Amino acid sequence: MDKVLEFLLPPAKSTIAGQVDGLFIFILAVSAVLLVGISFAIIYFSWKYKRRSEQDTTPVITHNTKLEVAWSVIPLILVMIVFGWGFTGYMNMRTVPTDAYEIRVVGKSWLWEFHYENGTVSVNELHVPANRPVNLVMSSNDVIHSFYIPDYRVKRDVLPNRYSNVWFEAMETGESVIFCTEYCGRAHSNMIATVTAHSESDFENWLATANVIDESLSPVELGKELIAKNGCNACHSVDGSRMVGPSYKGSWMAERELEDGSVVTVDANYLRESILEPNAKIGAGYDPVMPSYQGLLSDREIDAIIEYIKTID
Amino acid sequence: MSHMETSALKRLQVQRFKPEENPEIHYLNSERGLWSWLSTVDHKRIGLMYLASIAIFFFIGGVLALVLRTELLSPAQSFLDADVYNQVFTLHGAIMIFFFLVPSVPAALGNFILPIQLGAKDVAFPRLNLASFYIYTIGTVFTLVAIITGAVDTGWTFYTPYSTETGTNVLLMTLGIFILGFSSILTGVNFIVTIHKMRAPGMTWSKLPLNVWSLYATSIIQVLATPVLAITLLLLVMERALGIGIFDPALGGDPVLFQHFFWFYSHPAVYIMIVPGFGVISEVISTFSRKHIFGYWAIALSSLAIAFIGFLVWGHHMFTAGQSSLASMVFSFLTFLVGIPTGIKIFNWLATMYKGSIDLKAPMLYAMVFLFLFTIGGFTGIMLGALSVDIHLHDTYFVVAHFHYVMMGGMVMALLAGLHYWWPKMFGKMYSEVYARISCALIFIGFNLAFLPQFVMGAQGMPRRYFNYIDQFQPFHQLSTMGAYIMGVGFVIMFFYLLHSLVRGEKAASNPWGSRALEWQTTSPAAPHNFEHTPVVIHGPYDYHKPMSEFQLGIAHGHHGESHQPETLETVAETGTRP
Repeated sequence: MDKVLEFLLPPAKSTIAGQVDGLFIFILAVSAVLLVGISFAIIYFSWKYKRRSEQDTTPVITHNTKLEVAWSVIPLILVMIVFGWGFTGYMNMRTVPTDAYEIRVVGKSWLWEFHYENGTVSVNELHVPANRPVNLVMSSNDVIHSFYIPDYRVKRDVLPNRYSNVWFEAMETGESVIFCTEYCGRAHSNMIATVTAHSESDFENWLATANVIDESLSPVELGKELIAKNGCNACHSVDGSRMVGPSYKGSWMAERELEDGSVVTVDANYLRESILEPNAKIGAGYDPVMPSYQGLLSDREIDAIIEYIKTID
Repeated sequence: MSHMETSALKRLQVQRFKPEENPEIHYLNSERGLWSWLSTVDHKRIGLMYLASIAIFFFIGGVLALVLRTELLSPAQSFLDADVYNQVFTLHGAIMIFFFLVPSVPAALGNFILPIQLGAKDVAFPRLNLASFYIYTIGTVFTLVAIITGAVDTGWTFYTPYSTETGTNVLLMTLGIFILGFSSILTGVNFIVTIHKMRAPGMTWSKLPLNVWSLYATSIIQVLATPVLAITLLLLVMERALGIGIFDPALGGDPVLFQHFFWFYSHPAVYIMIVPGFGVISEVISTFSRKHIFGYWAIALSSLAIAFIGFLVWGHHMFTAGQSSLASMVFSFLTFLVGIPTGIKIFNWLATMYKGSIDLKAPMLYAMVFLFLFTIGGFTGIMLGALSVDIHLHDTYFVVAHFHYVMMGGMVMALLAGLHYWWPKMFGKMYSEVYARISCALIFIGFNLAFLPQFVMGAQGMPRRYFNYIDQFQPFHQLSTMGAYIMGVGFVIMFFYLLHSLVRGEKAASNPWGSRALEWQTTSPAAPHNFEHTPVVIHGPYDYHKPMSEFQLGIAHGHHGESHQPETLETVAETGTRP
């Protein structure tokens, strides 16, 4: 049974996962028994009652009340069990423990931002304490997204102009994947993030140091790190290949044609503007879809990113 | 209606009309030329024109599916870019649902067979029927223009606010579907009136073929639900064209409202697609088991129950969308209730096979494939109806697989069963049974190979509508793609043997399957007005214990008792509904 579970479902890493899996397996087992029965009946009947001759006569069996009541009532009882079981599990998912640790989540096309109590912001990396309920308060900046952690069995749509929430308690430390499951356009399938569950002390450490710039890094190294941390590389390549946005390769001081036909030079001011107000000047052939990084990056970090872009040619 | 009960019994002079074999004049050759087709009001010809149209759209949708599956062979981009991929999956869904599935059994098979099954000369409003076909054509033209002038990338669900913000041709596409809806409504109205008013003498509600019952249930849904789609699409158009805030939060609208509107139509629409399939399966299983259908009323009424409850379950598409927990609970509960009548049908069909005289011809094989695949589709529907499990499975490949098991494993298999079953009546030709079986086997194997792995990767967490995916899902995607190719081969074989049948197929007998149903008591291909006489029905369509001659009765020729026909006899038929 464990083998089957392992094959069918991702590892169960949250407190509610066990209940979901239990019901999944229950429905699977009952369905399997019934399916085998039905398939057997189909095959057995078509062998046993195969037409022998054109003159075959068949008995007139129009109905059988007892049988029909049985095959209506028994499935009804079974589905009512499933209904109650599923509803209880759902209520557990929807009832947030009062001591839950709160994190703000913002979905943007196409990245996830996580805002923590001390002002720390992380992009596409959610860090949570293990063995403690965590409540995510979520909203979207543009279209509908959906926040899904398969290992935790949680999912909730992230809506514009409205808060939705999802809570979970990770049972062990470790990393899991976060997907966007509501179709949101071109880079929908790149809107992937990770959740890392830490022990309480590791989490405190991470929170205290996450947004502190490592002084030992050179601006170029820092820029490279920031590009990775902020999800820039989901849309911008460093090898010249065309993704959602223009590649960084060879872009420094290049002439770039805009949608309106004018031409700009990709200099420090253009790059800075493109980070803070991405839709002000759109390169020809691209769509105005990049979210603004206003408030997410300090001047020093923007400088570092520009330094890094200079080196990619 | 009151006079009906008082004069339920009426004496009729009847005689036997044995259907002529190899008729010289039938509906296919009674008139010739392209114009005779384009201007025809014959329900059979209109049915065939629908059949040709849906075959073309099934081909286009199928090719798009193969393109998608080929791209998904590898986790990263191979030969499509993300935008094209998104447009292709949108078109695959929209074409298969709105242009193929919705009109498939009701408009194509239903149009052809419904009046013959009732013993009527045509549908109640033949001109309206032709109008529905042209409205359908205009709708598809609009959509094709939308595709050519800049495709649509919203998914077939058109969720706002994405669909109001994307730069693609959503307006024209929704307008096309809006127009299509009218075709669907008019066909529904036509069928309802036909079933009420055009039944042959003696065909009471309790002698109605089950296919007619399910078309009746379908028509009710079409008439009641399709206007909601029209309203929704109009609101969407108003928002996009005029900037009136209805769904877009930037304009003060509510995006979840769109989902309510959309599923209020689209969930019943799922039943528009599958319920007619139930009718076909009932006919085929009874005919090829040569046995009375088990639980006639259970099957007939469960279709109506499904049609009714089907209106009340739309919220189960929105368990993660932010509706209240109470609403989710109610929708989950009702979803399980709608599962029961569906389960009852499966057991009824099995019981019909019990002690039958089963002939495993192609239509029966497809019906059995239907039973197996649709049962899997049903069980996985139970999983998705369970609230806590649905949270995990929602919007993953599990849903994609479930939907394909129901729609393709259910509806398309039923369509194929029906197509092979009524093919001789349509064209007066037989097809190669051997190739039909090979193709059925390939489609069965290919289908399971394509969609079983999708259940597993969905449960593992693979989201739907993903252009790229993480490496762990690759083996499942590769199996799935292989399955899709095998299915493709199956359909290519089918295309060729059916084409061969049309060109040089063996002549079909009027009743090649030995069925008791009324549509088999006329010539193959059917006569221009279905029957040369007015059929009179004294037995139900599944009364295999009664001799064939008693199913071939019609109102006797000649005047007042002038009985030059030796077979003329007198019978009492319950009538009263025929004017």
